Amino acid sequence: MLPKFSHVRPSSLRQAVQQLASSGSHVHAGGTDLLGCLRDGVFGAEKIVSITGIGELRGINSREDGAVRIGALTTLSEVATSPLIAQNYALLAQAAAAAASPQLRNQGTIGGNLCQRPRCWYFRGDFQCLRKGGDTCFAINGENEFHCVFGGSRCYIVHPSDTAPALVALDARAHIRGPLGMRVVPLGSFFVLPALDLARENVLRSGEIITHISLPPLAPGSISSYRKVRARGSWDFALAGLALALKLTGRRVDWSRVVLSGVAPIPWRSSETEKVLLGRDLNPRTLREAADAATRGAEPLSQNGYKVELVRGIVEESLRAIMESHPETPSERT
Amino acid sequence: MNEDHDLKRTDDPCSRVSRRGFLESVGVGMTGIAVASNLSAQDAEELTEDAEPKKLSLVINGRKHMLIVEPRTNLLYVLREKLGMTGTKPGCERGECGACTVLIDDKSRYSCLTLAFEADGHDVTTIEGLVHGEKLGVVQQAFLEKDAFQCGYCTPGQIMAAEGLLRSNHDPSDEEIREGMSGNLCRCGAYQHIFKAVRRAAELKKEEGSA
Repeated sequence: MLPKFSHVRPSSLRQAVQQLASSGSHVHAGGTDLLGCLRDGVFGAEKIVSITGIGELRGINSREDGAVRIGALTTLSEVATSPLIAQNYALLAQAAAAAASPQLRNQGTIGGNLCQRPRCWYFRGDFQCLRKGGDTCFAINGENEFHCVFGGSRCYIVHPSDTAPALVALDARAHIRGPLGMRVVPLGSFFVLPALDLARENVLRSGEIITHISLPPLAPGSISSYRKVRARGSWDFALAGLALALKLTGRRVDWSRVVLSGVAPIPWRSSETEKVLLGRDLNPRTLREAADAATRGAEPLSQNGYKVELVRGIVEESLRAIMESHPETPSERT
Repeated sequence: MNEDHDLKRTDDPCSRVSRRGFLESVGVGMTGIAVASNLSAQDAEELTEDAEPKKLSLVINGRKHMLIVEPRTNLLYVLREKLGMTGTKPGCERGECGACTVLIDDKSRYSCLTLAFEADGHDVTTIEGLVHGEKLGVVQQAFLEKDAFQCGYCTPGQIMAAEGLLRSNHDPSDEEIREGMSGNLCRCGAYQHIFKAVRRAAELKKEEGSA
């Protein structure tokens, strides 16, 4: 049995925000991460504010300006199987399909996927770690095989989401409703490094709810892909992953977004790799340089140095696949 | 601790009683203070807000059930302990094994990670709902034919996952079967036979559909 809590299921956003005003209240969207955390005592809850009765938070729509709106309660299954998403943002459909298991995708929501708590086994386990208000990160001298190689400081979690790096790569924005009204935050600024705040993984303030995600249209001819490496063939978190979006002319890169998953406390955008790629043709040398750039600055712990090589490998492999499926740049032929 | 003193500030006697019950069951001073401070923020809309048992109606296998359950109760507990429908199995109870898989609106879900109140307004299908009188459902039949279990504990969950897969995809590829069944663990390792059973079930469903 879970610890006791009260449960309200308001039918409007306004009511939900009011209900969240009391301390000890938590948002319930799909509930998959929330119930797991409550069961394991990662945190407690006095009140669960379920937003599942708020219809306006569901569904995927295209808007007149070419943008696509995804309601925060849209399930990962719905994102993964939406023709609109598959046609326009293949990367996101692939990332949603690669998350968790079918049952969890049928229940887990895109908003919840962005707000899930870290999977560090010390944080989830019976350890009063730094992130839970203690004074030690047990991963530093402990079992740190699955911890971060970028962006760690004092705490070495990785962000567990697959859809988050995809949304960062697509320049998506989170629309947030709170006690003070609406605000919009680019996904690239939504996540919070431990150096900034040890207690939270994103910028959501108490009482705030993500209402929807908006995706700007990708330039025509853009390509995108998500590659996830797991310890097993299915249903696992990423050891490392790559969300990639490119705009090419022939094989020349006009624009790119390179965002890594599974290696940092936030979706890890590699601007260095993007810089290497900009304006250059995809060829074996560019691929190698891009892969090297993606690993620059990595600071592995005692057991996770393999992640650096994984990053190098997936960047090179993903770019090679794109190179091979595209004709050489026209100007080179003349 | 001064929970009682703080709690008496509320002017709603009903909420006072239930909140006290809540506090007694939690029994932690800090929690008490946090809850007490909630009272001033109580809004005008009357949303029932306490941890005590409440009325709930659920539609399970096409039948409506009236229940009184605590908000913290999950669907798995309601099925097994309140309704005696023990076909759905508890396993890890944290969404990692799949033994408790049921369908909600035709989609496979873990009943351990679903609060009973969240199933309100939806159609729940359990393994018991696949049988027609004495006649097994096609997925059950296929699991029997292909000997798709050893100890059998995970089997109801496996069957419900397969049922969910086949309701959304009538003709799954081998890869789609593997992915569709990836949310269910089998500690006996009967995966090969489970895979064959799901393929067989897809055939049986097709035959049934064309008959």
